[in-house]
Amino acid sequence: MTDQMIKLNIDGENLEVPAGTTVMKAAEKLGINIPRLCYHPDLSLEGACRVCLVQVEGFNHFITSCSQQVWEGMKVQTNSPQIRQARRDIIELLLDNHPMDCQTCDRDGNCELQRQAYRLGVRERLFEGKRKQCPTDESSRSVVRNPEKCILCGRCIRVCAEVQGVTNLSQHGRGFNTVVGPANLGKMDESACIQCGQCVAVCPTAAFLEKDHTEKVWDALSGALGKKHLVVQTAPAIRATIGESFGLKPGTPVTGQLVTALRRLGFDAVFDTNFGADLTIIEEGTEFLKRLNGDGPLPLLTSCSPGWVSFMEKFYPEMIPLASTCKSPMQMTSSLIKTYYAEKKGLDPKDIFVVAIMPCVAKKYEADRPEHRLPDGDHATDAVLTTRELAWMIKSYGIDFTNLPEGEFDRPLGVSSGAGDIFGTTGGVMEAALRTVAVKLTGEELGPLVFEDVRGIVGMKEATVTIAGKAINVAVCDGLTHAKTALAHIQKGDKAYHLVEMMACPGGCIMGGGQPYPPFEMDVLDPKLARIRAQALYSVDSHKQLRRSHENPAITKLYEEYIGEPNGEKAHELLHTHYHARMPRGIR
Amino acid sequence: MSHCCNASTDNWEQVKASCLAVLPEHIIAFIESHKADEHPESNLIAILHKVQHHFGYLSQEAMHAVAQLAGIPLAKVTGVATFYHLFRLQPRGKHMISVCMGTACYVKGADKLSARLMSELGIQFGETTKDGMFSLDNSRCLGTCGLAPVIMVDDQVFGPVTPSEVPIILEKYIKKPKAATPKPAGEA
Repeated sequence: MTDQMIKLNIDGENLEVPAGTTVMKAAEKLGINIPRLCYHPDLSLEGACRVCLVQVEGFNHFITSCSQQVWEGMKVQTNSPQIRQARRDIIELLLDNHPMDCQTCDRDGNCELQRQAYRLGVRERLFEGKRKQCPTDESSRSVVRNPEKCILCGRCIRVCAEVQGVTNLSQHGRGFNTVVGPANLGKMDESACIQCGQCVAVCPTAAFLEKDHTEKVWDALSGALGKKHLVVQTAPAIRATIGESFGLKPGTPVTGQLVTALRRLGFDAVFDTNFGADLTIIEEGTEFLKRLNGDGPLPLLTSCSPGWVSFMEKFYPEMIPLASTCKSPMQMTSSLIKTYYAEKKGLDPKDIFVVAIMPCVAKKYEADRPEHRLPDGDHATDAVLTTRELAWMIKSYGIDFTNLPEGEFDRPLGVSSGAGDIFGTTGGVMEAALRTVAVKLTGEELGPLVFEDVRGIVGMKEATVTIAGKAINVAVCDGLTHAKTALAHIQKGDKAYHLVEMMACPGGCIMGGGQPYPPFEMDVLDPKLARIRAQALYSVDSHKQLRRSHENPAITKLYEEYIGEPNGEKAHELLHTHYHARMPRGIR
Repeated sequence: MSHCCNASTDNWEQVKASCLAVLPEHIIAFIESHKADEHPESNLIAILHKVQHHFGYLSQEAMHAVAQLAGIPLAKVTGVATFYHLFRLQPRGKHMISVCMGTACYVKGADKLSARLMSELGIQFGETTKDGMFSLDNSRCLGTCGLAPVIMVDDQVFGPVTPSEVPIILEKYIKKPKAATPKPAGEA
């Protein structure tokens, strides 16, 4: 693109913007937000919804501002009476084919269609339209698909194809009968879906939602499931994002309030998934060092992200031998709650109910994987709530979240290092691993804490870290298209990676499919939002006394009292898992 | 220490073999010959035409095989297959019934005629009866507006047809296979 500047006039104001700017972006420079539904700044253009129409002098038809680039001398009106009427008509037509059940809808209050209808002044309904009738698909353990709420904006299709490289969704049929869904409009559970939930994150309405676990958790809390010892664990990324659901600015860490809120809800023990993250570093670090010494293939691919694991099993099964056999921090923590902690407390594991608060919808699937069950077949994790679901439960209970006193996690599975906190962002698992690996390789007590090269929201990151004279090539992939790039290098053999961090969601868990819908002025997938949320985790980490996973005294004690050796027999029984190719095979 | 280094975890050879078994050789050759194209997915419609020409319709199995062998995501394949009217997703019945939905036929009650056909056959447009006897579809103007409303069964046009005549017409075709030996003169 040239740096040529274009002069134009929007609503009577003259401005200059670089050539190639769209009318929508130019208007934003004047502080005018043109309404939009299908448009998403981080996805390709669709031009499907027609809500962003503007009037341009000399044209007798309206023009979509998301796709039209500016030209010299262009005169644009964004709010003429005709434009306002046209936009209102479009929204009304969308509503004609939409269930009018806002009050009972999951997206009530944060639905973009609802917001635009209000904004554009749709105050009455003139027609009762014919409505498409499609069954809701609840087959997936992570994602619920309700095509009746779909407005065919195509964001889910684009995020699935462009950001995740999965391309599991497509429009089927045509005209009024168009339905978005997986191949053959079959069941999500039998499709190539990898459960990442980015479709849920980008959907403007409730056409995609997470599988609800709140009912199960209310039941457990109320005693309806019998007398249970109720244990909750909360993922690293939750403390950085849940505040947004209560009106706090993105990037406000709320660890203490979160702990207190969980106690108020009625949990008997509040643990930190960070503990499992620290433990992952010990187990995965040991596995890595063994492989580095020639015992096993390289690179080691991390295995914390269940969306990535699912992607590997469906799209790249030949890569399975490279993946770490470590369970995710959530599953490690849950396994220990029902064994180590149960024994310590003298409890029957069957009387313990474990809830995990996760930024992720794929965790709901992971918790149900047969490979992750306890030896007697019971689930290690009984319910998984997304950040959104927990925020709703806290609101529903009536807890004044922002004014809560700060609480502390219970012991021993609530003790963690800063390395555990940064697991929630892209590059965090890598940095946490390098902190420990550096110490183990050099044999010195201290080593570097910050690995700047693996930080940042910049797409795929590659770096060579020299430790004890040894060059370690690392790659960090967030978003599965980046994972594909790294895997292609591994296949071709043109990059000698030693360690590759894989996270399914772009930005990592802080931008997971279960995170709060962002505030109005920001978008899901917005790198700015990811940076702010990541910064919250780095700040929590930098304020901690313990910064390296192996310094965590509760972890040391766990090995002494219970596990024995890292990667030992007990560790394999409780903390490791295995993978296998799954059908349908995805098309890369 | 890793659990699964010795066993091959890849399933591509099995997936490929099962897909190759579904499609005839000339279609496989066509897919292969276009794999190196700059945009191999742009051949999708051509491939689907060949599959439909060979099998008479696009089965889920065949579409899966096309997706895997051509490297086009299955959701895209079925999205295209369901978009175009010309592609059939169910096997064609022995007899093809199409109801004219042109303006004249519509005004003369093609909708009532369709409804009767659907209830007699127990299928919707684009579907085939369980016994594989009839497929039902609608069509644009057949150019025989003078006979409106008309239906076509295979190559024969019937019109004007009232809903109550539907069972009589169907009966003709249901009876035919049983009385296969004494063929009526005009219907070779």
